[in-house]
Amino acid sequence: MSKLIYTKPEALRPVKTHYCPGCGHGIVHKLIAQIIDELGIREDTLLVAPVGCAVLAYNYIDVDGLESAHGRAPAISTGLKRVHKDKIVICYQGDGDLLAIGAAETIHAANRGEDITVIFINNAIYGMTGGQMAPTSLEGQVTKTTPKGRDASEVGYPIRACEMLNTLVAPVYIERCAVYDVPHINKTKAAIRKALRYQKEGKGYSFVEILSMCPTNWGVDPVKGAEWVKEAMESYYPLAVFRDIPAGKVPELAAPEGTSAYERREEAR
Amino acid sequence: MNDKILMKGNEAIGEAAILAGCRHYFAYPITPQNEIPAYMALRLPEVEGTFLQAESEVAAINMVFGASAAGARVMTSSSSPGIALKQEGFSYLAGAELPAVVVNMMRGGPGLGNISGSQGDYHQATRGGGNGDYKTIVLAPGTVQELADLTIKAFELADKYRMVAMILGDGYLGQMSEPLTLPKAVQNIPSKADWALTGPKGRAGRSIASLRLAPDDALYQHNMHLAEKYAQVEAAETMAESYLCDDADIVLCAYGTSARICRKAIKKLRSEGIKVGLFRPISLWPFPKKELAKVASGAKKLLTVEMSLGQMLDDIRLHSGKIPSEVDFYGTPGGALPKIETIIEKVRSYV
Repeated sequence: MSKLIYTKPEALRPVKTHYCPGCGHGIVHKLIAQIIDELGIREDTLLVAPVGCAVLAYNYIDVDGLESAHGRAPAISTGLKRVHKDKIVICYQGDGDLLAIGAAETIHAANRGEDITVIFINNAIYGMTGGQMAPTSLEGQVTKTTPKGRDASEVGYPIRACEMLNTLVAPVYIERCAVYDVPHINKTKAAIRKALRYQKEGKGYSFVEILSMCPTNWGVDPVKGAEWVKEAMESYYPLAVFRDIPAGKVPELAAPEGTSAYERREEAR
Repeated sequence: MNDKILMKGNEAIGEAAILAGCRHYFAYPITPQNEIPAYMALRLPEVEGTFLQAESEVAAINMVFGASAAGARVMTSSSSPGIALKQEGFSYLAGAELPAVVVNMMRGGPGLGNISGSQGDYHQATRGGGNGDYKTIVLAPGTVQELADLTIKAFELADKYRMVAMILGDGYLGQMSEPLTLPKAVQNIPSKADWALTGPKGRAGRSIASLRLAPDDALYQHNMHLAEKYAQVEAAETMAESYLCDDADIVLCAYGTSARICRKAIKKLRSEGIKVGLFRPISLWPFPKKELAKVASGAKKLLTVEMSLGQMLDDIRLHSGKIPSEVDFYGTPGGALPKIETIIEKVRSYV
């Protein structure tokens, strides 16, 4: 007797994507679709797609999709969620989008504790425009706009999004993952599942950063791309659960006067 | 029964928006329109609505974008420099065909300028500073009553055509208090179920976007579709007031606060026996071209009066059918009001 153990998730459309070989977006799209299926939330999910390589994400994930101007996805997600309080809003963003042009929107949506899930793809480069420096490009990293390598004395240091957001009171869940090999893909899936489950339960703002590959713009093959995430990126961007307030992992900063934002939210219910 | 109440212009906009069914409002503080967010912060929670002070004008217009896509009647307000920032959003709303109401209580410019009332954003509003071929419906109230009535109208037009409708007032109008009769609460808000993002219950996912890459002519065709829609708006939605124009040899052309000042001048000039009238566009886009041409055909001279260096003047010149020497201009930039005496002197000089 045969048993079906693997199939395409229902929430993933049966279409070809435009992503390059070795790119991490396809992996993360599939994880999101699988979790949407598992949580049974397809009919209640709204996806905000960013300017960047994932701008067409709504063509691949079969939910209601809204395209954002560059950097504005958290503000647009705020508008969506404030109207549809009972729906799931996924705010999908890249590094230039989330940390450069949209830094203000990122910080303030997190600070308000918008009940949304931000999925942050950090591949340390601008993909869509052909490989320019991102806020997360590593020191010394050669890009189209840092031909001699990123010089921190000129253009500043790579920004650590999770650590920065972890200084805020309101977010309930912040984790950094990676998708360079299967064990880490599985961990990423668990993180996305937790983030979306928290949103389904109305727990508040969650942020999942995913270290991902852009072999095309890094000028390497897909295997080398995965290795570079592990060897070069992970040491600067440590993989960790920065906070998980519903599970009791509460950073000091998030609990002024001994009460976390999450606890206050729970008390208010 | 006298059902009139006294209200400040900016607050009248807020109450009218609520009467129009607006339950979501996002904005960033800027003078001289701060009474609108203050009013909404108090009133919206009373009607189970959402007031949110955004981190910037750019964020505010994008919250509007999200709420509009979700199917809500939504508004933002600002003043000139803030509107400049929101124009990114206007272009995206136009591209995605999303309705929204925007209020601009104009102040003196350019740059930070000052906080006095001005009409320096006529070009910005009617030509648009956002990218691409798009149009914004622009309504120019002249009284507190009209601020309320046209706010209701703006929501109706925004939904009807799925585009941005702007209330273009100025600091003077927003700050002044006048008696008004509040409009009736709007009962029949059109359903948006066939396009809004509500979660794909029992259907495939749908998307709202302004990016159009495939097929090759997708964006061309979309622009042609928008052009057709804009032509419908131009054919059906012009609004203008003609005051004492039937026998007028001289017609003053002005909108909003400038038109109020022109009215005072006309009263004095008429008492001197000078046949002068007022043409007041209420819709600045679509511009009331036919209405202007009709009024202008019987007049010998037009005088455009604006609180700017001459912006609506372009439309008066384009659509009045008059030769340049027949269209005069008097403008006061930088937040200054036109002087009644100057208007009177100019008109006398034509006789």
